[in-house]
Amino acid sequence: MNPGATDQATAWSVASGPRGRGASSNAWRKRLEITFFVAPALVLFALFVIVPVLQAGHYSVYKWNGLGPLDNFVGLQNYVQALGDQIFQRSVRNNLTIAFLSIAIQLPIGIMVALLLNRRFRGQTAMRVIVFVPYVLAEVVAGVVWALILQPNGPLDALLDSVGLGAIGQVWLGDPKVALWTVMGVLTWKYSGLAIVLLLAGLQGVPEELHEAAQIDGASWWQVQRKITIPLLGPTIRTWIFLSMIGSLQLFDMVWILTKGGPVNATVTMATYLINQGTDRQQYGYASAVAILLFAISFILAILYQTFFLNRDAGEDKPRRKKVAR
Amino acid sequence: MTSTLAPPTRASRSARARTGSRVAHRTSPWVYVASVAIAAVVLAPVLYAVIGGFRSNGQLAADPTGLPNPWVFANYVGVLTSGSFWTYALNSVIIAVITTVLVVVAGVMAAYPLARYRFKGRQALFNVFVLGLLFPLTVAIIPLFLMVRDLNLTNTYWGVALPQAAFALPMTIVILRPFLMSLPNELEEAAMLDGASRIGFFWRILVPLSGPGMVTVGVLAFVGSWNGYLLPLLFLNRPELKTLPLGVADFSTQYSADTAGVLAFTSLAIIPALVFFLSMQKRIVSGLQGAVKG
Repeated sequence: MNPGATDQATAWSVASGPRGRGASSNAWRKRLEITFFVAPALVLFALFVIVPVLQAGHYSVYKWNGLGPLDNFVGLQNYVQALGDQIFQRSVRNNLTIAFLSIAIQLPIGIMVALLLNRRFRGQTAMRVIVFVPYVLAEVVAGVVWALILQPNGPLDALLDSVGLGAIGQVWLGDPKVALWTVMGVLTWKYSGLAIVLLLAGLQGVPEELHEAAQIDGASWWQVQRKITIPLLGPTIRTWIFLSMIGSLQLFDMVWILTKGGPVNATVTMATYLINQGTDRQQYGYASAVAILLFAISFILAILYQTFFLNRDAGEDKPRRKKVAR
Repeated sequence: MTSTLAPPTRASRSARARTGSRVAHRTSPWVYVASVAIAAVVLAPVLYAVIGGFRSNGQLAADPTGLPNPWVFANYVGVLTSGSFWTYALNSVIIAVITTVLVVVAGVMAAYPLARYRFKGRQALFNVFVLGLLFPLTVAIIPLFLMVRDLNLTNTYWGVALPQAAFALPMTIVILRPFLMSLPNELEEAAMLDGASRIGFFWRILVPLSGPGMVTVGVLAFVGSWNGYLLPLLFLNRPELKTLPLGVADFSTQYSADTAGVLAFTSLAIIPALVFFLSMQKRIVSGLQGAVKG
């Protein structure tokens, strides 16, 4: 994973040589130490991550209400049922829409605001903190406040009225035609800060000399950004897109608070559908199949993305990486 | 990883001050206009909540976007004197602290051999943890729900903290391993010559030196736990055990007519956390970047 630090670990075998009381007792000791250090994390991880994920796969081929024995084996029926279910299909469509729009909307915002805040001006530090506020707020808290702001005749409608735009007022969260776009707006507010902050940090890696050279050659500020800075942000942008995509596919908290997936499933996501079917309706087998489908979709998109985009960054690391693996 | 972030900023700033200040000054009015606009959009919902908490329901209904006139303190006083707010806050703190301690201790212990021992299967073991980044909590939530129920951990702090810690581990190890790798080898050799065992080296030298890295992963784990919703939602249903996010959600549905009360409750739930998290912003960002590069 990290090609920078490779052979650090050899230190012990070199240094412990003179003290060693025979190779085999040393090897045993080392194995014990490794076990001692790794055990707590491995037990925690196995028990609460690996086992449940495997169990989800197991449950997904049964019809089961969570009580009594797992004996009603139904094969792939849960999967067939989910893939044919209109609400599930809609949730996949919604997740993909949200993933695509999040990138299409937040990336330009992120780049523009990061470039802006990368300039020197009074209040720059304060602004860098302010843009991060929505991101560190709990989804629930932000969702509750937004639900109040968006309620009919609430603050947003009043604000639009006062600037003469009352006509574009909507039943923001209650109209099936509008709700997904409203949720999208709230998500933009909540998560743009992450793009901005990561891109700002990426900008600090762009050497100032490049800008100076370009300025001396008579390039305008915007030309410098477009031709030099943004291309150099490539790795940060590609990684942010990855994080954003995975986050969009797993979206739950904000939607659950704002709409619970409604009205009439207009904003249903795979995760809200899964919780709805599972813990609310006790269809644990079916919900597990949905969970596996959610994982499969995220996994396939992650692998595709990794193969086509992220590997460009890792390209020059590859020869060294093989050495690490040894 | 954390320490490498700060210096370039200062260097690039001073370089810019020397050469590019003329360019920056020429366009500055627009920079300020844009900044004010961005700050307004970003902060409006938070300000609406905080200021709305100082208004009465009548004021809020008559003019949803107005300022308090007169200022009403009853909402905030009501929340602060109700026991439930403090119960929720205390529960959130306890669960976040348990989660953070579990993650940091287990994480730094596991990262140590993964970073500084040489053994067969080291990379494979590391990859097992990395794979965890691909499993979202939602995928495991149904079996976790049943497992926690069968272990009689429903309605306990541990029932939420253990899964939370487990799901925060991959990120923690991915961030900490390169951090531990970057500590110089000479330290280890010197410790060996002085007769320290590997475990002694870990406790007396490695742990103190990796403080910044542990603070970063600790803050990330704490924020994740503090803001967490799905696990408490499913695993905690006794009122005296609920966390702040659950409390906010409950309060807002239970007293949906009392908008001012909801705004006061929400504001009190966010302000202390917001101040803490923003003061830790550098840690959070460097942690996220570290995970991204790891």
